Amino acid sequence: MVSDLKKALGNNKFVITSEIGPPKGTALEKMYQHIEMLKGKVDALNVTDHQSSVMRYPSIGGCLAVRERGGEAVLQMTCRDRNRIALQAELLLAYSRGIKNVLCLTGDAVPVGDHGEARGIFDLDSVQLLHGIRQMEEGYDFGGNELQGAVEFCAGATVTPEAEPLEPQLIKFEKKIDAGAEFFQTQAIYDLERFAGFMEHARQFPVKILAGIVLLSSARMARFMNENVPGIFVPRELIDEMAAAPKGKALEKGIEIAGRTIKALKEEALCDGVHIMAINREEVVPEILAAAGL
Amino acid sequence: MKSLTRQKRFEEVKRMSDGLDRVFIIGCGTCATMAKTGGVEEVGAMKARLQEAGKLVTGAVVIPTACDEMTAVLLEENKKAVEDARCIIVMACALGVQQVNLYLSKPVLPALDTLFIGMEKSPGYFFEACDQCGQCILGETAGICPLTACHKGLLNGPCGGTDKGKCEVDPEKDCAFTLIYERLREQGRLDLMRRYHPPRNHQVLPRPREVRIS
Ligand code: SF4
Ligand code: SF4
Repeated sequence: MVSDLKKALGNNKFVITSEIGPPKGTALEKMYQHIEMLKGKVDALNVTDHQSSVMRYPSIGGCLAVRERGGEAVLQMTCRDRNRIALQAELLLAYSRGIKNVLCLTGDAVPVGDHGEARGIFDLDSVQLLHGIRQMEEGYDFGGNELQGAVEFCAGATVTPEAEPLEPQLIKFEKKIDAGAEFFQTQAIYDLERFAGFMEHARQFPVKILAGIVLLSSARMARFMNENVPGIFVPRELIDEMAAAPKGKALEKGIEIAGRTIKALKEEALCDGVHIMAINREEVVPEILAAAGL
Repeated sequence: MKSLTRQKRFEEVKRMSDGLDRVFIIGCGTCATMAKTGGVEEVGAMKARLQEAGKLVTGAVVIPTACDEMTAVLLEENKKAVEDARCIIVMACALGVQQVNLYLSKPVLPALDTLFIGMEKSPGYFFEACDQCGQCILGETAGICPLTACHKGLLNGPCGGTDKGKCEVDPEKDCAFTLIYERLREQGRLDLMRRYHPPRNHQVLPRPREVRIS
């Protein structure tokens, strides 16, 4: 059975995905609320996989919760914490429980997280994981052994349109496509002109591109991201606009900017959809969608 | 090629040698001398600190290369002092420690932490050039090893953490794939970067790794 996300991607509609960040611990009520709130408003919900190398409730657990509530889940899978045996086992579990979308990621480095002394596994990288998933679909595991019952996934990956230098990033982008990536969720983009340049390149390939939208919550956050987050470029004018927002209204401004960006992307048909990341503020995603006129 | 080491905190040396009140100290004239962790000066300082801590130092020598079989000869030459000691404190890399361990049955204790096998790129600057993976791909990576130069040991290109050519874990360090990319571009061989590298074989020689040469 083809996944609902794959169907949506194939329908030439403007696809909207968003993201759920599971908590550190078993207090899951808030995550459940976010899922309930968002499942009907977006085409699929990613569940992050120990984002920033911070140990949390697992992605697969969050994805099961999405499924149990009738939503469409995207299993984020990093290569940081599991070797190829564990990755495959989790793919089997996911498929058997109706999770049919995977986002293949390398994973953040261990020292940036909250278990800085742990071993980073990286037995595979994102390209090899994509490759392996396609092999499992053919009925064989990563070792070439026959599977009793195969899998079928809509597999995606990430790309950083603002990477510097750009060419190595674009080479890897192509390698991911060759390995079987069907869709991409990009790193956050703010400058549509620059993004259009990337899209011109990306349009040569038979893949769907969902532009990354990260909600700005303050001018300080925007500056911080510019300085510290790889591949994120917030233009001066947007920072000024955030800074000019009246006290206590910065978040509203951020929602407006995100909505406006999504609207422009859709109207200009720049890409195939968006992936909205409202890190730790999942509850404002409906407001962003409303601001985008969606 | 040098074995790079760092001195353990003295408290740790003291803790390891707790209850072993007579010690013999061995330094190394090669890597540990170069790294300033186990040469004549450092062995002298260790001797003084151990004495301060109430230990009796039966002898202290810096042998030319702690990791080779000459170590046996040196131990023989210092037989009396070695026999008098209840433990040996070795200020050499772990190979030196294990070499000494081959010849003695009493406790042999490391005073250094062994960090990596390094190559000297410019005077005093050492970097880890090889992880001894058993399946060298330098021919496809412009002579730069992604297993050691990339924090994550990736093969198929840069991760999303690369920023302005630098590595996610340290903005002072180059991203391996920026280096590889630039060199391959200079060589007109960027097609190599497009090539898919399958998952690595982590069991080329299953551990414990051994080779017999006859
Ligand atoms: S690929 Fe790297 S780790 Fe492996 S043998 Fe070559 S230099 Fe050493
Ligand atoms: S930034 Fe470059 S060197 Fe650092 S982990 Fe990522 S790919 Fe490897």
